[in-house]
Amino acid sequence: MEDSLLSLIIFIPAIAALILAVGLRGEDPDGQRNAKILALVASGLAFVVSLFLLAGFDPDAPGFQFVEDRAWLLGLRYKLGVDGISVLFVMLTTFLMPLVILSCWTVTTRVKDYMVALLVLETLMIGVFCALDLILFYLFFEAGLIPMFLIIGIWGGAERIYAAFKFFLYTLLGSVLMLVAMVAMYVDAGTTDIPTLLDHQFAASPLYVLGLAVPGGVQTLLWLAFFASFAVKMPMWPVHTWLPDAHVQAPTAGSVVLAAILLKMGGYGFLRFSLPMFPAGSEVMAPLVLWLSAIAIVYTSLVAMAQRDMKKLIAYSSVAHMGFVTMGIFAANQQGIDGAIFQMLSHGFISGALFLCVGVIYDRMHTREIDAYGGLVNRMPAYAAVFLLFTMANVGLPGTSGFVGEFLTLMGVFQVNTLVAVVACTGVILSAGYALWLYRRVVFGDLIKESLRSITDMTAREKAIFAPLAFFTILLGVFPALVTDIVGPSVGRLVDAHEVAVSNLSLDHDVAGTDH
Amino acid sequence: MIAQDLSVILPEIALAVYAMGALLFVVYAGQDEAARPLTWITAAVLAAVGVWIAASPEAGLGFSDMIVKDAFSRFAHVTILLSAAAVLALSVEWMERHSLLRFEYPLIVVLAVIGMMVMVASGNLLTLYMGLELQSLAMYVLAAIRRDSLRSTEAGLKYFVLGAMSSGLLLYGISLTYGYAGSTEFGAVILASVDGSLSLGLLFGLVFIIAGLAFKVSAAPFHMWTPDVYEGAPTPVTTLMATAPKVAAMAMFARVTHDAFGLAVADWQQIVVVLSVASMFLGSIAAIGQRDLKRLMAYSSIAHMGFALMGLAAGTAAGVQAMLLYMAIYVVMNFGTFAFILSMTRDGREATDVAAMNQLSRTHPGRAMAMLILMFSLAGIPPFVGFFAKYAVLQAAVGADLFWLAVLGVVATVIGAFYYLRIVYLMYFGEEESPLDGAMGGTQWVVLVACAAIMVIGVVNFFGIDSAAAIAAETLIR
Repeated sequence: MEDSLLSLIIFIPAIAALILAVGLRGEDPDGQRNAKILALVASGLAFVVSLFLLAGFDPDAPGFQFVEDRAWLLGLRYKLGVDGISVLFVMLTTFLMPLVILSCWTVTTRVKDYMVALLVLETLMIGVFCALDLILFYLFFEAGLIPMFLIIGIWGGAERIYAAFKFFLYTLLGSVLMLVAMVAMYVDAGTTDIPTLLDHQFAASPLYVLGLAVPGGVQTLLWLAFFASFAVKMPMWPVHTWLPDAHVQAPTAGSVVLAAILLKMGGYGFLRFSLPMFPAGSEVMAPLVLWLSAIAIVYTSLVAMAQRDMKKLIAYSSVAHMGFVTMGIFAANQQGIDGAIFQMLSHGFISGALFLCVGVIYDRMHTREIDAYGGLVNRMPAYAAVFLLFTMANVGLPGTSGFVGEFLTLMGVFQVNTLVAVVACTGVILSAGYALWLYRRVVFGDLIKESLRSITDMTAREKAIFAPLAFFTILLGVFPALVTDIVGPSVGRLVDAHEVAVSNLSLDHDVAGTDH
Repeated sequence: MIAQDLSVILPEIALAVYAMGALLFVVYAGQDEAARPLTWITAAVLAAVGVWIAASPEAGLGFSDMIVKDAFSRFAHVTILLSAAAVLALSVEWMERHSLLRFEYPLIVVLAVIGMMVMVASGNLLTLYMGLELQSLAMYVLAAIRRDSLRSTEAGLKYFVLGAMSSGLLLYGISLTYGYAGSTEFGAVILASVDGSLSLGLLFGLVFIIAGLAFKVSAAPFHMWTPDVYEGAPTPVTTLMATAPKVAAMAMFARVTHDAFGLAVADWQQIVVVLSVASMFLGSIAAIGQRDLKRLMAYSSIAHMGFALMGLAAGTAAGVQAMLLYMAIYVVMNFGTFAFILSMTRDGREATDVAAMNQLSRTHPGRAMAMLILMFSLAGIPPFVGFFAKYAVLQAAVGADLFWLAVLGVVATVIGAFYYLRIVYLMYFGEEESPLDGAMGGTQWVVLVACAAIMVIGVVNFFGIDSAAAIAAETLIR
């Protein structure tokens, strides 16, 4: 039981999806309700089982825990395990999925297929965070595109086909380069085992490609290939353009999953692969990432201000917040990475909640245009309060989880590159600008629109979805040690190893310098 | 001595005797009412011979090394025989519907199979050529078997003219090789290049041989016949063309390059790399514009041959293993897809346009799901088995320092993903149009679902074919 706990968590949703796909028939109301209930029960069960994972996890133990290792095909291994960096992402996924499924209770078109797609997606997302074999990771990472493609394409908005294709091909192009890099790593190291690869030293001596000198050599090339995948997934400026399209066209549940979990795969990938496996490559490329992040924070915040579509605004704000994450990761110190992980988790709650907030009024009015709303506080006081909480969290108000992540990442970056930190700080102000302005236009003012006169406040089901999200947003805001105690030791080891690797590198350079 | 030689080619002899005997029998026993049972019996015979070969030990060499029965030929034989059996089983319903089910059809397929078996088991350029010609002649007839259809006869003629030309190229290459190596035997040809490089005459011979082989595997720029012939030939014949002969041609390609020219890898590697890149990109890009599923599958097969050639380009045992694995998986994916194409009718008439797939998921959710799995598998998206085929090939290429080839290959995958995705898009979120007829033959349904299931379940352990492919590849590398 102990050594197959992760498999159990991963495959509970998949088994439920199989039962749904094969066993349950009919699109009559009863069949639809049964499908929803089965999906909710399965994802709830996965969450309950994952609580055992959290309870049994020892933050101070080095290495991976709950390791499961079996032979697989082509010399690969089916190997799973979690450490302090990944365990909370597993928890985030299992925690959010029941809420996501609850949020699509009002969907009536092809409900069974919808539930199957969401459950398969859950399996794949949990798998990404648990995989300890390169190709197994790639399998889960890439397979997630299929259900997401269908979710956007079948249940999305008017421009859904364009958005689905763009989402799929854009992210696929990024990922296949990573696949080549993974194969190259296998050829170099002779294994696809992630723990072994974490200790493997890839060559870092300078190299010439097409006559261009590449500092950091093979490591930099591999780093770039992984970067192509994770930067698109993250998404970082300037390869973020698929995200607003996908978000706007996706149904509410799709948007929530995308923002809250799928984007985190990019950050997780940076932490699992780029930083520890290619320290020289990271060292060479870190300034680029820091500046891209700073640009992303300022630029996308400004773009967010100009949006007329609520979902698009939140999508751009997501890109800005992910900028803090990449910045924190490549500051490569304890505060920076702690902050980055914290920011990812908190963004999972906050952005998920914000997309759900949009979903609540979209379900009632069927428009996402900001101009179509105004004065909602008069008819929907509970909604106004919830939306206010998450808007403030999105801005990064102290006392909410949004603040901790932004503060820690900024502190980490400040020690490495003060100028980037200064530029990124303006993003905090800008985020207050677009978020508060959005809130004012939608919620405050007089209720002058005729169509809004009969709008109703949140139902009990909707309140039940927001309650746990609000609880964790505030809890993590006032008691961040809940996260940092679990994450800290693993991050500490990561940072130490990185520093050792980087100092060895500069030593090598000195030796090489004296030789010449 | 002769008894031992004959025992080496016992399966081929058995099949040949069966084909002749059956021919005589049906001529006496009255013809077309025998066609249906004969097709089923032939499918069973082919499958039985396949199982027999799989279960029996390697027979070794025969006829002064002209026939080589090793683990490599065994892997290819089993794949070819089972593929041909599956094609016959799939054909019955379609052929009956189009009143094409004649007794000649299964027997010509058997003759083609014998040709393919000789091709992949040849240890001499002459046996290779004889096998190839037997296979080709049978396939020309099959392509034109729908005598009253202009498209089918046109396809047969095109196939014949271009095929004859490629045979000429191949024969010219063989004669050059004989002139400069002094022998057509692989074991002697390889001795002419022991110092690792080929003389100019042999190099010319090699280039012509590879050009001839590239015609048979339909690798760009020798692919021109493929879309027209695929489209014009009766669909069951297209199914056959896309599967068994492709396996045979690729296996023959591997044997010639790794056996006869196994010491001059650098000389043919660059040619194969160019063929591979050209096929992957041409197949992926040209398929985007296709509106007919059979044409689309033709371009898809060109792209897939490019990938299989990537494995060969590595010039290593890992590369051959990856190629064999790729071909085996490719065949299964094609069977699933063609099983569906065979079932496509609208108002009782065959409808192979892509638009006919519109909203399939509403009318037939099970079939749409199976096709979704097959399309993503063909595109090489995990977690389906098709991804692992691509992975094995990439690993072989990178392992042989063909880094750029691997990068170009994955870029072509992304381009190719577009048209597979479009089929999924039509099935799941396309416009409502006049739907396909509901009926689907029992065999077709079973094959479609079985192939889709293999694409999912195979992820667990590949059913052990990866180790069989590894053993086969080992025997080929000297």
